[in-house]
Amino acid sequence: MIEAGHFFACLALMLSLWLAFAGLGGDRRLAGRVACGLFLALALSFLTLIVAFMRSDFSVALVASNSHTMKPLLYKFAGTWGNHEGSMALWCLVMGGFAAAGALLMRSERPVFEARTLGVQGLLTSGALAYLLFASSPFTRLEAPPLQGADLNPLLQDPALAAHPPMLYLGYVGYSFVFAMAAAGLLEGRVDRVWARIARPWAMAAFVPLTLGIGLGSYWAYYELGWGGWWFWDPVENASLMPWLVGAAFLHSVVVTEKRDSLRAWTVLLAVMAFCFSILGAFLVRSGLLTSVHAFAVDPTRGALLLTGLLVYGGGALGLFALRAPRLKGGPAHLLVSREGAIIGNNLVLSVATLTVLLGTLFPLLAEAFGQVMSVGEPYFSLTFTPIMALALVALPVVQAWSWGKADWRSVWRWALGFAAIVAVFWLFGVAAFDIPLLAGTGFALGVWLVFGAAWEIWRRAGSLRRLGRLPARVWGMTLAHAGLGVFTLGAVGETALRFHGTLALQQGQEVELAGWTFRLDDVDSIEGPNWYADRAYLTVMRGERAAVLEPEKRIYPAARMPTTETAIYTMGATDLYVALGDRRTVEGTPRWTFEVFINPMIGLVYWGVCLIGLGGLLSLLPRARRRRTAGDAA
Amino acid sequence: MRARTKRLYAVGAASLLVLSSLGLAFVALGQRADLFYTPQMLVERGQPEPGKRVRLGGFVQSGSLDYGEGAELFFTVEDGSEATVRVTYTGITPDLFREGQGVVATGRFGESSDLFEAEQILAKHDENYQPRELRDLQAAPAS
Repeated sequence: MIEAGHFFACLALMLSLWLAFAGLGGDRRLAGRVACGLFLALALSFLTLIVAFMRSDFSVALVASNSHTMKPLLYKFAGTWGNHEGSMALWCLVMGGFAAAGALLMRSERPVFEARTLGVQGLLTSGALAYLLFASSPFTRLEAPPLQGADLNPLLQDPALAAHPPMLYLGYVGYSFVFAMAAAGLLEGRVDRVWARIARPWAMAAFVPLTLGIGLGSYWAYYELGWGGWWFWDPVENASLMPWLVGAAFLHSVVVTEKRDSLRAWTVLLAVMAFCFSILGAFLVRSGLLTSVHAFAVDPTRGALLLTGLLVYGGGALGLFALRAPRLKGGPAHLLVSREGAIIGNNLVLSVATLTVLLGTLFPLLAEAFGQVMSVGEPYFSLTFTPIMALALVALPVVQAWSWGKADWRSVWRWALGFAAIVAVFWLFGVAAFDIPLLAGTGFALGVWLVFGAAWEIWRRAGSLRRLGRLPARVWGMTLAHAGLGVFTLGAVGETALRFHGTLALQQGQEVELAGWTFRLDDVDSIEGPNWYADRAYLTVMRGERAAVLEPEKRIYPAARMPTTETAIYTMGATDLYVALGDRRTVEGTPRWTFEVFINPMIGLVYWGVCLIGLGGLLSLLPRARRRRTAGDAA
Repeated sequence: MRARTKRLYAVGAASLLVLSSLGLAFVALGQRADLFYTPQMLVERGQPEPGKRVRLGGFVQSGSLDYGEGAELFFTVEDGSEATVRVTYTGITPDLFREGQGVVATGRFGESSDLFEAEQILAKHDENYQPRELRDLQAAPAS
């Protein structure tokens, strides 16, 4: 059965090469058909893998080392991509999926450009497939199949993490299609308004799942790792953040290219870089070069191959860019105080922010070459990334209102006054009255400022209540995403600045007060799940009228010989009371259970903000609202 | 001429932003990167100043684990050399934290003692994964 999968993957490799030739040759119809065939072959190949996992076919090496008969069905299914080889197969599938979607959905006036885009996508897919088949084949059989599998890493046996890789890959790999469009545009020497109009929705189609994928990953880390936080500046997290930042910069600059026909070279460069950062991310995650709490499937040879891929594709595209960029020069000049000027500022900030993340992520490698082992964590990023982004967020509502061409510079003072007023309110009523830190007060003001700015922008564009519903979906999308940034900021500031963290050591029946809450350990029970057993604590938490029983667990997965922590979270609006169960310690003959307690104010807003950004992106993908009169419309 | 001056301003502002953030980044790297030490390296290079955040790696010495008040615990980190460091930590330990296992602790040395106050502890997080810094260290003899 799995041999069929192997065969289809080999067939897909052939098809991807055919696609490259047909596409680069400019045959749009043939390229479209081959792209669909490529996707079909990849889908069949991936399906056999899924079937092997679902049926627990332990004669397949990958299944034997990553699955188990007792595992719940969902995780048998999701286990397909919960490992290096399977996730690379998913990577290839998504690449082929974008090729097929492009073949079916692209209907522009430039068939040759479309064919070349598909051709470059074929070339990219062939590289990924070669890597899959020759360096990390999921189709290997075992000579002596074991009776039982080694089980999937239990940390990954979680609903959020089952959905996280497909989402993330739709984003990561989606940028390959934008990359292909950039390369095709450069080959033609035509990167202009039409190019931008074709490319923008595809970049958005990658950006939205990437946003949600990062959000899901962060949410998983929050409740599964038991560390209480939602972002750890871990190299693997940074690896996903960098393409996101570059992708966000692209989504802004491509609008300038679309509407004003300028910034062409820069826009196309960003399109190339977004996917380069995706490959760099894969390289960082899988080579094991950096210390990461998420490190999995670490293998230096694979790392070297991925690096080669990055150099070949990235270098090729950049070489093409250097060759053709001079032709792209031109476009109308623009003033600094204008919408295009504002977007240039946005791009500058996002690029610099990406650079600081890149520097912080790679610096330990550099230092190691000089014999110094170190790691770069949150203290570095809170001094670099955070202030740079904060700068951009303060400016956002102001420059959002600027018009194309030339904007009114004088209104800036009114905006500055508005911001100062909001900050003053938060300092007076937050910092002075509730004794929150000064910087946190400023951060809250910034969040409110962004939400207010988004509301103002919608109102400014609509002008009246009646026209609110008739605004284009794109405007709503943009505004919603910007409001989402504000909501996210509120949550991030609240959680970071006002978090409470404490520990408990309780005997059975003991009652303790901590941070205004009363905790009582009622009982600790041994329970059994499908493929695990656990100690479950029953912890009564009380504060005034509120009372609840939290049931944090410490699970052991015998097949994987690995314990995990299952946190218990009591949600009150956006605030979480978060408890993780620790080990049992016997001191002077009396057993005590340890707990880690976090009170995370406003953390819910972090995830609501991320969802709003994703929703905004989705909305802006909708086609323009139906016009009243289609033909002869002056608009 | 005016257009040129404007462009000059724009380029100036942009490079100011880029340069200042790069400067900031390097200052941050100099001051805020967490250096990694093993007990032996602490002897060779001297103890970092009290209050500076560093990472300490090694193996939890067998028989060294001790519990204090509440969720406080103490253990000794060794690395096969003569040198050892006593560590204190308050909180729950990682799932695979036990005597004889590799551990990387992030924290600080106190003002006037040799006690290392850890704020975060990383251990192996599955059977196949070892903190990268510990790969070169020899595993402590199983006891």
